[in-house]
Amino acid sequence: MPLNRKYIPIVVTILLFIVMFTAGSFRYTGFFSLQVLMNLLVDNAFLLITAVGMSFVILSGGIDLSVGSVIALSTMVSASLVQQQGWPPAVVIPLVLLMGAVFGTIMGAIIHYFAIQPFIVTLAGMFLARGLCYVISIDTITIDNTFYTAMAQTRIPLPGGSFLSISAVIAILVVAAAIFTAHYTRFGRNVYALGGSEQSALLMGLPVARTKVLVYTLSGLCSALAGVVFTFYMLSGYGLHAVGFELDTIAAVVIGGTLLTGGVGYVLGTFFGVLIQGVIQTIISFEGTLSSWWTKIVIGLLLFIFILLQRVLSSRRLTLKE
Amino acid sequence: MSVVMKHHLFWPLCVLAVLLLFNLCYSPDFFSITVHDGHLYGSLIDILNFGAPLILVAIGMTLVVATKGIDLSVGSIVAISGAIACLSISRGADENSMGLILTSVLLAAGLSLMLGAWNGLLVSMAGIQPIIATLILMVAGRGIAQLITGGQIITVTSTKYAYIGSGSLAALPFSIFVVALVLVIALLLTRRTALGLFIESVGCNPAASKMSGIRAHLVILAVYVFCGLCAGIAGLLLSSNVSSADGNNAGLWYELDAILAVVIGGTSLNGGRFYLTGTVIGALIIQTLTTTIYMIGVPPEITLVVKACVVLAVCLIQSDTFRAAIAARWKSRHYPAEKEMSRHAS
Repeated sequence: MPLNRKYIPIVVTILLFIVMFTAGSFRYTGFFSLQVLMNLLVDNAFLLITAVGMSFVILSGGIDLSVGSVIALSTMVSASLVQQQGWPPAVVIPLVLLMGAVFGTIMGAIIHYFAIQPFIVTLAGMFLARGLCYVISIDTITIDNTFYTAMAQTRIPLPGGSFLSISAVIAILVVAAAIFTAHYTRFGRNVYALGGSEQSALLMGLPVARTKVLVYTLSGLCSALAGVVFTFYMLSGYGLHAVGFELDTIAAVVIGGTLLTGGVGYVLGTFFGVLIQGVIQTIISFEGTLSSWWTKIVIGLLLFIFILLQRVLSSRRLTLKE
Repeated sequence: MSVVMKHHLFWPLCVLAVLLLFNLCYSPDFFSITVHDGHLYGSLIDILNFGAPLILVAIGMTLVVATKGIDLSVGSIVAISGAIACLSISRGADENSMGLILTSVLLAAGLSLMLGAWNGLLVSMAGIQPIIATLILMVAGRGIAQLITGGQIITVTSTKYAYIGSGSLAALPFSIFVVALVLVIALLLTRRTALGLFIESVGCNPAASKMSGIRAHLVILAVYVFCGLCAGIAGLLLSSNVSSADGNNAGLWYELDAILAVVIGGTSLNGGRFYLTGTVIGALIIQTLTTTIYMIGVPPEITLVVKACVVLAVCLIQSDTFRAAIAARWKSRHYPAEKEMSRHAS
């Protein structure tokens, strides 16, 4: 049975992940274990959550550059409220999530109602959120709240002696919810339609304005949640957390096979895009002699290959149409 | 008066003037320039000197934006160029030999030219969206810069190299002359030859310009090469000013500042029209803003918040929808009687 063309990028992504993991297993002793696999999730939980939000934005044909800054702002707000003001985490965490969502909503509204490119609006959002971090404090605020340390240290045992962190479980739940939203709800279908062609979506009578604003709200919410998870991971708030993170996120989405022009792609692809980035980092740390900046170069190369692949596939589809 | 107001430089110059006046009110000796050892010193000179790399990057970015593109990799190219120049000099036997400096500078310029060409090829030949095509180099470029410097800050002791970024010629910082040279070349090429028209035409509609006989691919390629070269020279200025190369932090956020300068200067991100002088003023506004923020003792952390507000304000003003919304509000305000009537009628 010939493979449907639209599944090629995601199949390539999954195969690439399997190949990299297998190669790592053959090359390094101790690489092939369930724990190494689980650590990919544990160490990249926040990337996974952000990338899920970003997937929706990119599927709708937009882009969100503010995610890294919103994460930093979330860590900063959490840390200052919990640590310096002594607020209970049960109040702070919903507040931070609300803040992220409102931040996204405002950006989405500006993008839609004033017809400004998403790129430039979220760029301003990125500056703003990063600046607000420094307004709160320019220093690191360490968190020693019992709830946060408990969240950071709790290990959920799995069969075979491996474990997952609470953050990783949250990330998996987010991915599951996102897959459901993208493929089985009206909102998900609207997002795909919007990414395919905004004009057509409008003519079809789809709620373009609502969908577009909601997509950025969702991305803001995901970033804030990622910020909360990042706070569990780092146990501190700092204005320089997650610098350049938006690019890692976009890279994960693109490597996952989502077309940057919108309308084509899967959340599951993003999941594997994040895992591939994780595997690269793991391989580099197992290698020991390679420096961490090789990660950036390899990710850049992968990004290049996947974009070319997308380009070839989409141009073929165009010629077929003609 | 309306002719003056319609001029594309009117608003940017107003903003710059207001900023400078504000500075003058705040510190009366802001405009004073002193001569010391045959060099000019003063806040205005500092703004020009520190703003030089940004102006350079923004000039290159203007042409890219004019073709409806964007170059996110300039910050990385700044870092790579500085890194390769400093590496080459630090490897030399005599750091002050003219030949070594020249080779290093040419090496850095050549490399940034190639990086620009890489971006250009991806955009024009492979037909990848500019944001994405340059994103690749932005991600990988920092890695490459760190690879070159070995993850450390390379310091050089060459006084001849330091001259590029901090020396002075005819009492003015040398970097100003570098910027002026690049600006004049760009202005001559785009305004005295048909090249500027080609760029604008490609930015409006690449397919149409191709049909009218313009080699759109070549124009796009050339624009990215020029942008890469500008970023490379900016990298040389930056690294020679501090006599060191930092692969991690050199040129960080430069792409954003450059895009901001371009947009403030009146060039629309939709392509098809560009103002090089506007960009220079835009870059000066950003540099003055930074200086002002430092001077009045606002914590430098707030710079980012101010910049965000500026970006948003400029974009909103550029947006037709926003202007229409404001205009509608104004109109309704101008005719209170009419409002009153309609209220009574209902």
